Amino acid sequence: MFKNITRRASKFAAIAAVGLLAMNVQAAEPIRIGSFLAVTGPASFLGDPELKTLEMYVEKINKDGGVLGRQLELIHYDDAGNASKARNFASRLIRSDKVDIIVGGSTTGATMAAVPMVEQAQIPFISLAGAVVITTPVKKWVFKTPQTDRMAAERVLNDMKERGLTKVGLISGTGGFGSSGREQTLAAAKEMGGIEIVADETYSGSDTDMTAQLTNIRGAKGVQTIINFGFGQGPAIVTRNYAQLGIELPFYQSHGVASDGFLDLAGSSAEGLRLPASPLLVPDSLPESDPQKPIVEAYKSEYEARWNAKVSTFGAYAYDGLMLAVEAIEKAGSTDKEAVRDALESIQGHVGVTGTFNMSADDHNGLSADSFRILEVKDGGWKLIN
Amino acid sequence: MMARFSRFRLRGLVFLAVVAFALPLFLSNPFHYGLATQIALIAGAVVGLNLLVGFAGQISLGHAGFFGLGAYFSAIMTSTYGWSAIPALVVGAVVVAIIAWVVGRPILRLKGHYLSMATLAVGFIIAIILNNERETTGGPDGMPVPPFDVFGWELSPFSQYSLFGMDIGGDLAWYLFAVVVLLVAVWLAQNLIDSPIGRALRSVHGSEVAASVVGVNTAKYKSLVFVISAVYASVMGGLYGHFQGFITPSVASFDFSILLITMVVLGGMGSTIGVIIGAVVLELLPQLLADFQEMEMVLFGLILMLTMIFMPKGLLPTAANFVKKRRSKSAGGDA
Amino acid sequence: MFSEFLQYLFTGITIGATYALIALGFTLIYNASHVINFAQGEFLMIGGMATVSLTAMGVPMLLAVVLAVVLAGLLGIALQRLAIAPAKNADVVTLIIITIGASIFIRGLAQLVWGKEYHVMPNFSSDEPIEIFGAVLNSQSLWVLGVGAVLVAALVYFFTRTLTGKAILATSMNKDAARLVGIRTQVVLMLAFMVSALLGSIAGIVVAPITFTSYDIGIILGLKGFVAAAIGGLGSGMGAVVGGLALGVVEAMAAGYLSSDYKDAVAFSMILVVLFFMPRGLFGAKVVERV
Repeated sequence: MFKNITRRASKFAAIAAVGLLAMNVQAAEPIRIGSFLAVTGPASFLGDPELKTLEMYVEKINKDGGVLGRQLELIHYDDAGNASKARNFASRLIRSDKVDIIVGGSTTGATMAAVPMVEQAQIPFISLAGAVVITTPVKKWVFKTPQTDRMAAERVLNDMKERGLTKVGLISGTGGFGSSGREQTLAAAKEMGGIEIVADETYSGSDTDMTAQLTNIRGAKGVQTIINFGFGQGPAIVTRNYAQLGIELPFYQSHGVASDGFLDLAGSSAEGLRLPASPLLVPDSLPESDPQKPIVEAYKSEYEARWNAKVSTFGAYAYDGLMLAVEAIEKAGSTDKEAVRDALESIQGHVGVTGTFNMSADDHNGLSADSFRILEVKDGGWKLIN
Repeated sequence: MMARFSRFRLRGLVFLAVVAFALPLFLSNPFHYGLATQIALIAGAVVGLNLLVGFAGQISLGHAGFFGLGAYFSAIMTSTYGWSAIPALVVGAVVVAIIAWVVGRPILRLKGHYLSMATLAVGFIIAIILNNERETTGGPDGMPVPPFDVFGWELSPFSQYSLFGMDIGGDLAWYLFAVVVLLVAVWLAQNLIDSPIGRALRSVHGSEVAASVVGVNTAKYKSLVFVISAVYASVMGGLYGHFQGFITPSVASFDFSILLITMVVLGGMGSTIGVIIGAVVLELLPQLLADFQEMEMVLFGLILMLTMIFMPKGLLPTAANFVKKRRSKSAGGDA
Repeated sequence: MFSEFLQYLFTGITIGATYALIALGFTLIYNASHVINFAQGEFLMIGGMATVSLTAMGVPMLLAVVLAVVLAGLLGIALQRLAIAPAKNADVVTLIIITIGASIFIRGLAQLVWGKEYHVMPNFSSDEPIEIFGAVLNSQSLWVLGVGAVLVAALVYFFTRTLTGKAILATSMNKDAARLVGIRTQVVLMLAFMVSALLGSIAGIVVAPITFTSYDIGIILGLKGFVAAAIGGLGSGMGAVVGGLALGVVEAMAAGYLSSDYKDAVAFSMILVVLFFMPRGLFGAKVVERV
């Protein structure tokens, strides 16, 4: 029996070995762009449009002749928002698929899990996730395209102050985005001064009713306005509950719901709420002189035509990530990782959909809080306020 | 008969050792070593879970909670408090053992689905605490974990080491370390199974009433195996954290608990080597299905269903049976 | 003060009614076959998602609902026939794993067919919330409670007055004896799964306007339904309803009065407390263990 088992085992091992070796066969020509995204799972509305964006623009760039005369090859994996899987796929991209650059990491957890590997392998990595911890402190090989959640918090708190609202109720999701956003909001309020968080409630990602939390916030002493940090369907439920409870206070959401999909879910209860977002949702409101206008309009129309689906701010993170990568490779004149990294770090004035990027040795994000515009929901659509 | 048992068990251990140490000859890049190391560590936890589920017949749907506790305890102690990894693992195991004892005594009085419900609840509570206590655990975004160290000497997947004069990468070093840990885990488990404790456990599994009638202190033994399996999970969790360099609360999640129990059932409940095979299959499957993108979930669910329907005893016992039947057929009739 | 309490109570009862309906589905299948069907939540999902996609294609709402429920029913039969029945005498744990595999499979299919987005379903009646003593109630909540009550009554009638219902109960009590008196146990099992699926899908449809629907809402709701069923005592219909309502109310009260961060932890702790004092749940039957 032992002999049988060893015979079978060695057969299996041989087949497995051949399979694994096959995975190592590489073509020398194309520029390999690796990506691990949360295409399925709780963060899928981040990863899904990101993947679609990457696929369509890799296609487009290849059709237009590629980069440095070489075709782009996109190798992507789905980590389902799981940090451990993300780390595995990052490892696979770096060591098995031997990619030249990574544009990915939809969630902060996935990104941070991959960072040690990226730093050790010395490969440039453009993350698509939001938390400030990704680029502060600066890591040599890690960049990111979305604004940090700290910037979003600052932008919203500033808008509140301008409107004379200084006592804020906070409700957030317990997932990564909401939790990190909550922490940054609390920290930003403390640092800014003149504005105070008077209530702090949370809900979990799978909750279906937040009236209890909102009732608590409404009852908090002196509360003048409420902000909700979260993404997915949670904020939509919060918005509906908000309207149901008849809360008249000004309501803010985070950039996590800057999408038409959110309006579909929240319906008329979203009327009047404000949030920070990239101008992607209101390209028509941009003045002709705004350098972002043509880029934003082009991305919106191309994405919607290709996929027959509404464009999303998160897909734009991937667009900016890819375009930054391409610019860096062109600037470096090769795919040498050190050269591309240096080129990436020196990019200035790159006009993207999310904002205009000015990278530097201390700033691997390249955006400021001003790249956020304040939008308000008016008549079921988005209106640019600021 | 006891002798035959031990010989068989020794065979299993030797077979595992041979396969595990021969594997580096077939693997070529650090990604594979990383995957294999991860499999080995999770397999270690599953070996512990098997003692509870396979031998004592108690269902636990919250085992990832102990894995996560071990991982976070070691991570927090080594990063925030500067402990060395080995004391952190040991103390973590003791803490988890105490928690498992305290929680286990009342829970293990429950039977069947109520027991699974209670273990589910415990697992969830642990996961929620790990998720919410942001200052200590880093919250849902997770926290980085310092590399494993043996009183100062660091074992990191990123460094270079020399073994017997050869230069080996950290990945391979970690893999060898993980294999040794797994072998020790298997050896301990097998010794436990063959001991009076193991016999008591199996009697509890067979019929709890009968066992208590014969004088077996069922409550004590059930608690004991619960604690032992929790300690297994805790140690493996701690090592896992150090190896990955980063952990998130998903390491204590319900999904992971289900994955662990599926590994036990798929591989073959009660078979130590079987559950290791279960771990290998379930960790490799997503990698193999990765190219199927959208279809991955459908295929995974389908494979799981079909395997459990047609091989309800699990992969290894079914394979062993199959081989036995073939043998007896070729030997000419009923053996 | 009082209006706040009332608000929490309303929230708790609404969500509790959902849990109760899911718990009933678990109870039904458990009663007929002693299987815990981890795919129960997916029936909920199918109900909501199928209705939404059919109405999006232009099918009138009522017809869409009927079709969605029928689809779920067929799925329930398929699950029993193709996944549970072939496993025959497998271990309890093995059956659990099979239903888990089925739930992953169904979810994967739903994701392929319907995509990953969340969808909204309009309230059945008005969008205006109803105000009672300072607290507001979503009109859809009344639908959930109402439909829930009707379903429970229908089930009670089914099990106590109809022959088929009694046949299901008989099969669960003693499969061989049932077969001896001429009950086609195979058919009965399929029926139990079908009815459970119908129940789940109707619950899913009636709840969808409140919770939104997507391919993965089945997971957590299914889990909470299992929790409710266990608290109430597996196999007891009354237990399922009480367990569901209790779970919902405890969650809402914990969120309101204790900590919204830990409300789920409180709910799970409650389970441990209940099971500690009543190891077979609130209404669980005292089973004599055969040696």
